Amino acid sequence: MFLINCPYCGERDQAEFSCGGEAHIARPKNPPDLTDDQWAEYLFIRKNDKGLHYERWNHAFGCRQWFNLARNTATDEILAVYKMGDKPPKLYANVPITPSGEPDIGSGNLSTSKKK
Amino acid sequence: MKRLQNNKNIEKNKIINFYFDGKKYQGYKGDTLASALLANKIHLVGRSFKYHRPRGIVSAGSEEPNGIVQLETREYTEPNRRVTEIQIYEGLKAFSQNNWPFLNFDLGAINDLLSPFFPAGFYYKTFMWPPKFWKTYEFFIRHAAGLGKSPKKDDPHKYEHFHYHCDLLVVGSGISGLYTAEIAAKNNLKVLLIEQENEFGGEILSSHGDNPKINNIPINIWKNDIINKLKGYSNVKIISNTTCFAYFHYNLLLAIQDLEPEKGLSKTHEIRQRIWKIRSKKVVLATGAIERPIIFNNNDRPGIMLANSARKYLNKYGVSVGQNLLFFTNNDSAYETAIDFFHKGLNVQAIVDVRNETNGHFTKIAKDLGITILNGYEIVNTIGRLRVQEVKLKKLHTNNIDENKSSITIKCDTICVSGGWTPTVHLFTQSKGKLKYRDLDGSFIPERAFQNTLCVGSCNGDYDLHKILESIPSNLNNFLDLKGSKLSNEENYKTDKVLNDNHKNIWITSKQKISKTKMFVDFQNDVTAKDIKLALKEGFQSIEHVKRYTTTGMATDQGKTSNVNALGIISELTNTDISELGTTTFRLPYTPVTFGALAGRHVKEFFDLERTTPMHDWHVNNNAMFEDVGQWKRAWYYPKKNENFSSALNREVKATRDSLGILDASTLGKIDIQGRDVSEFLNRIYTNAWSKLEIGKCRYGVMLGDDGMVIDDGVTTRLGEYHYLMSTTTGNAASVMSKLEDWLQTEWPELEVYLTSVTEQYGTISLNGPNSRKLIEKINSDFDFSKNNFPHMSYKNINLCGIDCRVMRISFTGELCYEINVPSVYAKYLWDICIDKGQEYNITPYGTEAMHVLRAEKGFIIVGQETDGSVTPVDLDMDWIVSKKKFDFVGKRALNRSDTIKKDRKQLVGLKTKDPKIILEEGAQLVEKITTLPMKMVGHVTSSYYSPNLNSSFALALIKGGLEKKGEKLFAPMQNETIEVEITDPVFIDPQNTRINQ
Repeated sequence: MFLINCPYCGERDQAEFSCGGEAHIARPKNPPDLTDDQWAEYLFIRKNDKGLHYERWNHAFGCRQWFNLARNTATDEILAVYKMGDKPPKLYANVPITPSGEPDIGSGNLSTSKKK
Repeated sequence: MKRLQNNKNIEKNKIINFYFDGKKYQGYKGDTLASALLANKIHLVGRSFKYHRPRGIVSAGSEEPNGIVQLETREYTEPNRRVTEIQIYEGLKAFSQNNWPFLNFDLGAINDLLSPFFPAGFYYKTFMWPPKFWKTYEFFIRHAAGLGKSPKKDDPHKYEHFHYHCDLLVVGSGISGLYTAEIAAKNNLKVLLIEQENEFGGEILSSHGDNPKINNIPINIWKNDIINKLKGYSNVKIISNTTCFAYFHYNLLLAIQDLEPEKGLSKTHEIRQRIWKIRSKKVVLATGAIERPIIFNNNDRPGIMLANSARKYLNKYGVSVGQNLLFFTNNDSAYETAIDFFHKGLNVQAIVDVRNETNGHFTKIAKDLGITILNGYEIVNTIGRLRVQEVKLKKLHTNNIDENKSSITIKCDTICVSGGWTPTVHLFTQSKGKLKYRDLDGSFIPERAFQNTLCVGSCNGDYDLHKILESIPSNLNNFLDLKGSKLSNEENYKTDKVLNDNHKNIWITSKQKISKTKMFVDFQNDVTAKDIKLALKEGFQSIEHVKRYTTTGMATDQGKTSNVNALGIISELTNTDISELGTTTFRLPYTPVTFGALAGRHVKEFFDLERTTPMHDWHVNNNAMFEDVGQWKRAWYYPKKNENFSSALNREVKATRDSLGILDASTLGKIDIQGRDVSEFLNRIYTNAWSKLEIGKCRYGVMLGDDGMVIDDGVTTRLGEYHYLMSTTTGNAASVMSKLEDWLQTEWPELEVYLTSVTEQYGTISLNGPNSRKLIEKINSDFDFSKNNFPHMSYKNINLCGIDCRVMRISFTGELCYEINVPSVYAKYLWDICIDKGQEYNITPYGTEAMHVLRAEKGFIIVGQETDGSVTPVDLDMDWIVSKKKFDFVGKRALNRSDTIKKDRKQLVGLKTKDPKIILEEGAQLVEKITTLPMKMVGHVTSSYYSPNLNSSFALALIKGGLEKKGEKLFAPMQNETIEVEITDPVFIDPQNTRINQ
């Protein structure tokens, strides 16, 4: 269970929030000019990164405000919380080397194995 | 009953009677069921899972694999309760598990003789063929499986959840835990110290009490002093009988507290258990270590137990676990136990030590006392069915592996085993901390913490008390960032405890003979070294796979005493370094947690929120049947005497069309929308245009997702220039509200729009039917309700019986309708007046089922019934509501995607069965012609009812290209018949809208 620092209310339990998926996907201003593929890109295509991930959260059972959160999806470390409209901060996350790899700590079930 | 000494931990003047397998025994207050049974010389407490072998108590704590019983009876019964953790109380009833007919004589023990036929993976291998026989096998396997029996009745106890926030959580109250808590307390931190046992002290309770000394004070007194001091701090809370069982992200830990364990299950009337949800800024784990058995042939007989546990029974409870004791060890700690037993005058037969040489402090004392020490020997077998009687030893590293030759036989009634110690790192690894393997003593110890966690004492792999006392202040100084300010000299404790000699790793004795012996690794799941060997032979390599195949470590004790040994055996058999094998996952919960505690107060009526309308009591009093719509209780239909579902329904539907029906529509979502840019906002989220809607007019809107699919619909009324009232479907009110907030906050922050949910602020009374105008005129005769003054799709603020109401002329039935929004507190009052004054028009309350029939007769859709997230407004033949002029609205672009404009999309049509008496099933698939399977399906029924107004059944359906197929025939192939249907227009009543526009 995360402890999320809502930019409006302070630290609250994750149970008060809901996640709204990947952040910084702006709705195109000129929908009629877009091809089907471009529209589908906006609608459906998400990064699903393992590692650093910028996502939208809503303090649904609190102030009802939306905000952005940067999280390392491999370790669930919350790296930054910032308001809607703010630019995403440049961050370093302890990201896995390969798509199927694990960071050296904080992830997965293998608490000891040194196997690569 | 006999006790060896005056012991403060049990109260000898308080005798407690309890029952084990129906027989009455006595113990003292302060006893656990295990100590009381052992005091009554009972070791045999259960039968093993697979082979039904007699099993005795192995440990004195939460790691206990064998001593599990069925506690109490009827609704109070609980299976698999550990005897080492049950505090006895007057009248306690416990029953041994997994035996028939008796514990001493169990027919299931035939499995033990047949054990060569039950190898690892027996069930996987045996019950494969023929596949359809599984159902038969399953019946017998289910009967044979399992240990205790789950209760058949509701749990009568109450449980609660408790949130706690602190600066420092200390888990464990041994020497390290107490010391840590004291330092933190002095530094004014808010400290919570939790202990899983009923008494604080941890390992101190197993010790002699006088030794060792800290600052020249006997350890027992030191402990009591420090606990008393801690109790005096207002910033410290210390709780016992509380097990921390889970460690999540951001230092959220869960603990379960037994509130009145001494009262017994059937007498706990208040809260029985409490789950603590602890958020602590920092966490110190002082969870200690668990002693490890050594694997030898027939190492599971009653009377064979862990050495330090035997010591705890001796020193804490004054109970001797036997008269003739033999010790088997690879380290010094068992010597301390042997010495304690010797001093109590018990017969220590020998200490069998796998180490060839021992020079430690305690080995010397033991030698000086004249205790026989057999260095370089190992146990090769034990004899004794219901209790160990004899043990066979052999010199290690001799070539002769025949146990009958060059072996020693010793008679004993108890074997105390110590295979070293395993740090209790469960919580540490749950916190995602990293372990490292220490070959010196074959332990996994914490290497690097992932969260704000510090491991101290034996949990950290530190067994040297000098080092522990020395390192805790400095480690805490860094960890808690104390800057050394308040650490006074008195806290630098010193001890006279002498360091133990080195430990020698031994995982298994006589490993050459694994295949012919019963060397139990996991007692509770009856897994032997042979099973592990077989698994490796069959190609299982990963420790996680071996675990699942053999089920080692998968019982209710989760392998607290077996996991490391299993690793050691695999490592030896495969010549792989243990550090390369890694560990299996330490999963939560650390010890089993009752479902009741996890559920807490969220049971029965508190399981989910229940929302009721202001008129709810009226519905109840008028015999309404209810249906759940989201969290709402909605009146479904109102059967009169002798009426069944369909006769009540037909009466309600017919009365509404013929004269007057009244519906409680309070549950519809109502969102008050205000602000300068509301019209623009509505333009963006609805498919149609809103800017030109006059004040006082209503408009129906369909809301799409950006994928073009319908997500909600409803009527929105313009109350003022910058003020609208939006209604949503009952089930989607919350999600629509949240979606609208999403758009406003994240995409269009430039719009000045404010959303407020007013669903519960208003009750909604919907008067439907040709006589509804007559009724409302009767209620307010001054107002002009004529069509000219108050036409369809308009809104008026009207005073009804002194109450200001918002009245809309909108209709979900196709009839003349007045929808009255009345402040909630007056809703029931006005409802009663409507019912009263409506009698002359046979006013008929109708429920949601009649509402569905009435709207379907008129071809009105219900989002979620006619739509399923894959339906566009065009599919619903609602092209008219989709603005062609607007540059953009949510979902517009997607309506032009290749898939949404293709010809054969499923479209909304009506259906009539050839035989008007047959009612189609909702969800039924439709085909153009009956063929062999698989038939080509062209659509499905979305709504289907009988209409008393049409005197026939009718249905709505989504059919591929249906809009152009009206008049064509389709078939619904059902299980027992094929139903012929005709595609029709979806509007069955009043297509000209004359009734609605009256």
